[in-house]
Amino acid sequence: MSDKRIVELERKIRELRTFSEDGIDLSAEIEKLEAKLQTLKEQLPPVPAPTTPDEWDQVKLARNPKRPYTLDFIRLMMDDFYELHGDQMYADDAAIVVGLALFEGETVVVVGHQKGRDVTENIRRNFGMAHPEGYRKALRALKLAERFGFPVISLIDTPAAYPGTGAEERNIGGAIAQNIYEMFKLRVPIVIAITGEGGSGGALGLGVGDRVLMLEHAIYSVIPPEGCAAILFRDASKAPEAARAMKVTAPTLLELKVIDEIIPEPGEGAHTDHETTAANLKEAIRRHLKALERIPLEKLLEQRAKKFQAMGVFEELEETHARE
Amino acid sequence: MAIFKRKYFKLSLDQPTGKDDETLWMKCKACGELVFKKRVRENNNICPKCGEYFFLTAPERIQMLVDPGTFEDISKPIGAADPLDFADQGGVPYLDKVKKAQEETGLSNEIIVGKASLNEVSVILAVMDFRFIGGSMGSVMGEQLCHAMRVAADERRPFILVSSTGGARMQEGILSLMQMAKTLSARQWLEAAGVPFISVMTYPTTGGVQASIANVGDITLAEKGALIGFAGRRVIQQTIKQTLPEDFQTDKFAYEHGFVDRVLKREGLRQELSRILRFFAGISRQRREPMALRILNSGRSHER
Ligand SMILES: [Zn+2]
Repeated sequence: MSDKRIVELERKIRELRTFSEDGIDLSAEIEKLEAKLQTLKEQLPPVPAPTTPDEWDQVKLARNPKRPYTLDFIRLMMDDFYELHGDQMYADDAAIVVGLALFEGETVVVVGHQKGRDVTENIRRNFGMAHPEGYRKALRALKLAERFGFPVISLIDTPAAYPGTGAEERNIGGAIAQNIYEMFKLRVPIVIAITGEGGSGGALGLGVGDRVLMLEHAIYSVIPPEGCAAILFRDASKAPEAARAMKVTAPTLLELKVIDEIIPEPGEGAHTDHETTAANLKEAIRRHLKALERIPLEKLLEQRAKKFQAMGVFEELEETHARE
Repeated sequence: MAIFKRKYFKLSLDQPTGKDDETLWMKCKACGELVFKKRVRENNNICPKCGEYFFLTAPERIQMLVDPGTFEDISKPIGAADPLDFADQGGVPYLDKVKKAQEETGLSNEIIVGKASLNEVSVILAVMDFRFIGGSMGSVMGEQLCHAMRVAADERRPFILVSSTGGARMQEGILSLMQMAKTLSARQWLEAAGVPFISVMTYPTTGGVQASIANVGDITLAEKGALIGFAGRRVIQQTIKQTLPEDFQTDKFAYEHGFVDRVLKREGLRQELSRILRFFAGISRQRREPMALRILNSGRSHER
């Protein structure tokens, strides 16, 4: 466990850094704080180097049924939440919740996947696996946010978009594509937080924004480990191996610049302490929203596009005309 | 990690790609008849006996669509990297798989992007090749698609995408998922430039590509025999534990549920594209502002 003063100092430095991104020169202050931090750290007994967490253990933590879910985060972070229902075209998909909320006294729009706590609720919420109408309901809420200039907070926690006949008949792929595209064009700040399972396109359908945060023990992957195992390892029970091969945890994602910040979880994980987890997430969202609000809209949209444009790794090759 | 010197070469339609094929005859998997390969090729890779559609490689598809001698490969000289150090169950490193696909197809990558004329209309064309690791979308395809859309927007040429893909390239992990977002962010350039985007879905257009760039065309066509959907048939069957209807995720299914504007026979595709392009013939002359900006500006003209 790290010292409270260190945590506080680190938070302060992070905050100043966020402001610096908007072109305010705070380097002198940051340097001073960093020096102070260094001295503090030197005074403390050495901490053992953190061992890299096993990918599969992280998958199990991310799926822990006692983790805080979207409505828990909303209850713990927001002052009021007015849930909106239905996509106004087909149905109300309970696997996604959307609504207006008061966050630190300001109106925001929240969208997020919602898993159930027990069997009955899980059947109703389809284990957090949304149908097209869920994504269309979210899009409706995003458009509402845009009309009134409310910032958007999107909380991601889904195994995947629902692989079923109804979902396919109503073009689940098209609904996800539409949301991603519209989120690039949405003229309000968007902060994303992956709180549990970031399952494939089902996650990305709510996942485009100006900042992408991720809880320490959350996962984010292109396909659920079981699916990858079934296809590439020809055996769904090889999910642990698939998870290790795909690298689905926060440190790798931060390194690949897919996420911007890892939100620490208390103790053994978020499931042991919902309040502290929510407080940590709230602090980060508040900080990022504050920074984003200062960026002019056109620049914000340009930065959002550039952020995702930069994602990917490839090799520059030597060009030849003749084949060997 | 595999170490080999890779070269990048541009596609030339005059040169044959892939391994030499010495067999003259093939057995149609649909009707079982022995058919002369040359006849199949001349028939757009359709079985002359029963009409079954066989795969078209990307070079074949391009040849079928563009005016002879007008194709110019504009791909960026890039190749796959292996940021995750990925190896599958057999321990085969990802880049070995890429190299094998290059040798088998004679292509540098799973997608070819280029400039060409289609019935004398100049277009930007992006064509996927299913033989190349299932035409899956990783960082290279994402970058090539963005590059193609950039050129289409800058030069105000219509953009035509022909998809043939299983979806995201799992071997690149989360970065392959992010190509969905990356390509969709680039789609904005076409909209801002007022450039039309025609998406052609062929067998198969599924997974991460169906849930991103292939699904946001101004006009969406399906080739007869296409497979169109997000989740795989097997995954769905396992989830719902029911047998799926015969026509599930077929061209007919996509049309009846309203995903695509039309379903076309392969031999009619070129003519159909040409017909559609005629409606957009005026765009290069008009050079007008995109709708969204015009609406916005019309509301704030008094501020100027
Ligand atoms: Zn036949």
